[in-house]
Amino acid sequence: MHDTLRKDQESLLKEWIALQAKTSGRRMSAIEEKQLETHCGEFLAILQQATQDGGDDISKSEWTGARDFLAQLSAARARAGFTPVETAMFIFSLKEPLFSRMRQEAGDARTLTDSIWKATILLDRLGLFTTEVFQKTREEVIARQQQELLELSTPVVRLWDNVLALPLIGTLDSARTQVVMQNLLEAIVQTRSDIAVIDITGVPTVDTLVAQHLLKTVAAARLMGADCIISGIRPQIAQTIIHLGVNLEDVTTKATLADAFAVALKRTGYAVTRVKNSSGNAS
Amino acid sequence: MERIPILKMGEFLLVTIQVDMHDRLALTLQDDLTEQIVKWHAHGVLIDISALEMVDSFIGRMLSNIANMARLLDAQTVVVGMQPSVAITLVELGMPMKGIRTALDVEKGMQTLRIYLDSNGYTQDGNGSAEI
Repeated sequence: MHDTLRKDQESLLKEWIALQAKTSGRRMSAIEEKQLETHCGEFLAILQQATQDGGDDISKSEWTGARDFLAQLSAARARAGFTPVETAMFIFSLKEPLFSRMRQEAGDARTLTDSIWKATILLDRLGLFTTEVFQKTREEVIARQQQELLELSTPVVRLWDNVLALPLIGTLDSARTQVVMQNLLEAIVQTRSDIAVIDITGVPTVDTLVAQHLLKTVAAARLMGADCIISGIRPQIAQTIIHLGVNLEDVTTKATLADAFAVALKRTGYAVTRVKNSSGNAS
Repeated sequence: MERIPILKMGEFLLVTIQVDMHDRLALTLQDDLTEQIVKWHAHGVLIDISALEMVDSFIGRMLSNIANMARLLDAQTVVVGMQPSVAITLVELGMPMKGIRTALDVEKGMQTLRIYLDSNGYTQDGNGSAEI
């Protein structure tokens, strides 16, 4: 394989690039084409070096250069939105031009089969490696997005002196409850609040697990010396909670955030009064 | 022998737990505190655990026990200054410490006790503070 790679590099490279451009199915801009050419050229050189030094075992240290190059390429392509097939084809499309060259050079069928078998195993391994890195990069992206979503969706808002609000949006799972709890407790310490209003208007469904998580949050806030009011309970959810037999009796619950806020003001000793009649109500 | 100090602050007793609790220390504290409550006719006890970074079920149970003992002697207990991580741990351990009053810090704890005592007809000079 090494000999085939070394001979006639120029035309092999050209054929390989042409094949990739054809199979990719998408129109490439001039910049992309240029980039592909550099990538292919670089990789061929690395591959040639590696097959010369390292044999066929790509876990050997001689292959480090090739692995690093592929990892980088694969990660870059994953971020740029390439499909897994497109990324893997970078390696697999090398087979066709390479094998046709081997056929021309080979003396008899036996050596040809041998060398093609070796080459195909090697290229398969490299291709799988590329796919693996691609996958890993995508998973990292997903994990990061999850983390961002987690932080985005749990704000703690200060409503009034010593009154906090915690508008929850989306389903509460254990991981989110942990973040919500931590954020709430830290905010309680920071603002020295006595009352926290947990608004669940944005929570689509409440099952026993979600209810349990809510109760945990309430209990933790209570341990810090803050009372919790749960607000934004929709009629449907009120029915579900009762049917499930969840005990929310120890917690103050209100239908809307406004009601909860009124209670919170009353408990902290404030009252809202209208300064003057608005024009519509003028007597 | 190691002891946890109990400070008398006006009409309340203040216990600040700053070291790791172990069985012996907890028992001594229970002895001392019950004695002091009787001695000063205290109606309020503040237990400050702001220095505790970690709790286990033992400390949780000990705090409950102390609160219940104090209640028998007609004193209300407020646990103050719990760290957020400690609160989460206690909840995860399944010990939400029902029946114990809590407050964010000593100042708020005193307010809580004051409000409770006022609304239950304890007068300020009716308890031990007059003896100082």
